[in-house]
Amino acid sequence: MSQPRTFRISNLNPFSPNRSWLDRFRLLSLRNYRREQLAFLALIAPNFILFGIFTFWPLIYNFYLSFTKWNMIAPTPTMIGLDNYATMMQDPIFWKVLGNTVYLATGSIAIRLVLALALALVLNQKLAGRDIYRAIIFSPTFTTGAAVALVWTWILHKNLGLLRLPLNLLGIASPNWLSDVNWTIPALIIVTIWRGLGYDMVIFLAGLQSIPAELYEAARVDGAERWSLFRHITLPMLSPISFFLIVTSIIGALQVFDLVAVMTGGGPMNSSKVYVYYVYENAFKFFKVGYAAALSMVLFVITLAITIAQTRLARRWVHY
Amino acid sequence: MITDTHITHQRSVVQRIISRLLSHGVLIFASVVIGLPFFWMISTSFKSDVEVGLFPPVWFPSELLWENYVRVWTAAPFEMFYFNSVITTLSGLILEVIVGAMSAYAFARIEFPHRDALFLVVLATMMIPGEMALVPNYLTLRNLGWINTPQGIVIPYVSSAFGCFLLRQAFLSIPQDLFDAAKMDGAGHLRMLLNIALPITRPVVATFALFLFIAKWNAYLWPLIVTNTWNMRTLPIGLVMVREAEGTLGWQHVMAASLLVLLPVLIVFFLAQRQIIEGIARGAVKG
Repeated sequence: MSQPRTFRISNLNPFSPNRSWLDRFRLLSLRNYRREQLAFLALIAPNFILFGIFTFWPLIYNFYLSFTKWNMIAPTPTMIGLDNYATMMQDPIFWKVLGNTVYLATGSIAIRLVLALALALVLNQKLAGRDIYRAIIFSPTFTTGAAVALVWTWILHKNLGLLRLPLNLLGIASPNWLSDVNWTIPALIIVTIWRGLGYDMVIFLAGLQSIPAELYEAARVDGAERWSLFRHITLPMLSPISFFLIVTSIIGALQVFDLVAVMTGGGPMNSSKVYVYYVYENAFKFFKVGYAAALSMVLFVITLAITIAQTRLARRWVHY
Repeated sequence: MITDTHITHQRSVVQRIISRLLSHGVLIFASVVIGLPFFWMISTSFKSDVEVGLFPPVWFPSELLWENYVRVWTAAPFEMFYFNSVITTLSGLILEVIVGAMSAYAFARIEFPHRDALFLVVLATMMIPGEMALVPNYLTLRNLGWINTPQGIVIPYVSSAFGCFLLRQAFLSIPQDLFDAAKMDGAGHLRMLLNIALPITRPVVATFALFLFIAKWNAYLWPLIVTNTWNMRTLPIGLVMVREAEGTLGWQHVMAASLLVLLPVLIVFFLAQRQIIEGIARGAVKG
């Protein structure tokens, strides 16, 4: 039978020299926080290992690849310094792609915000079937891009497409949406509005519902009319949300891929080539891995700049 | 006798009815315009070759040609695409919920030196656009021999910053008493996660899982890069390739195939629309 052991607080060091290994082990496991720390590490391990391999390592490796020339077949990449970045500056397609992306991002914002706010204002009252309207208008947001792209290719068909119908009523000839260099981006903008309107509306609706009712009551007591309530309370209170939506839509445009890949393949004459599509094409069609990596780095910097600008600007001029 | 207040009251009732009708009018118009592409897809998918070629279009096909669906289903291994999509979507979803919940629990419930700094690292990953990782991840998978495999489609996308963030918030809102009581009963962290944290936050976990289902089902770019044979393609990829490979498919067939791809997400969306929309709204207003 073993004697009950007593420890003095000052003598709890498991590594003090005159302790047996068994006692050391017991002391270690007695230290509860140590076990806690192990549990913490074990629980975050899967997420952090995956982040390490598939998020942080790509960032570092991509940075390295952007200074090389490689076709993925040669055993190792060849260092070429800043050549990829220099090429990029002189690459007319790069500038075209950047322009297209900005066009796609900005071309739809104004229409989306105005329509979405109008719909949110209408929906922000007690109405029968409110949930059904909201669900239908929101439904395109989460649809499969590839399938939706095919449906719209058919709607935009020059001769047989559904969109020709309202244009005919207005007496406008249907443009050759997907094969006329001037109309590819507008066509993509139409699809983007269709897909994004419901999302914007839902966000605005949440914003409207978060405006404290006391603000309106106080203003009404002061004799404010409906329009001035909207002008002086609703709009300023919604400015952070509008700002959030603008940033989301720009970042969204920077990431468009499936619509372009399916509807136009970036053509004709690069008129609808957007950023991610160009990265994809360079990496997996032309096998210019170094150049694709450099393009990716620029995309990363642009996204980061937008995110930082967002937090800075939001602090300065958006009303909270 | 009619009083002044009576008249204004009546007027406001009339005004209210008119404003109601106007509101419904606006919303019905918006719903019809936005729903029209779906209707047009379904209507086209049942048409004959002749009806597809008519303009102005036929809204309702004279006869429902179900054989259009049979035709596309046999034009390519669609059952294979379905199988691949279901397997990769579900396994990815389950893994991401597990990985996200584990790390969220640790960040919410266990003390650790510099825990908040580590959490910032997780949040920082949200600023790195996923498109950056295309080439490096492709090369990593090539070294692992995972190109053209289900795990190649799934594993690079199961780490979860958003899930970690969302579930951490949820776990933080659980009263400490519950955990203390479980600790008295000798429960470890894993048991507390499974028996307390997850069951209590089930609505949040379910909303998260719904988002993941839709996002993974719709994925296009990564599965396109990482697969290279028909039998590994997922639905969205297969859909586009069938159209390119088969010159004889008409628009009725392409629309039928598109509907087959869209149907699962549309069903999930309309069954859970309230949960999904409220999840979106809550996230945006807080974040």
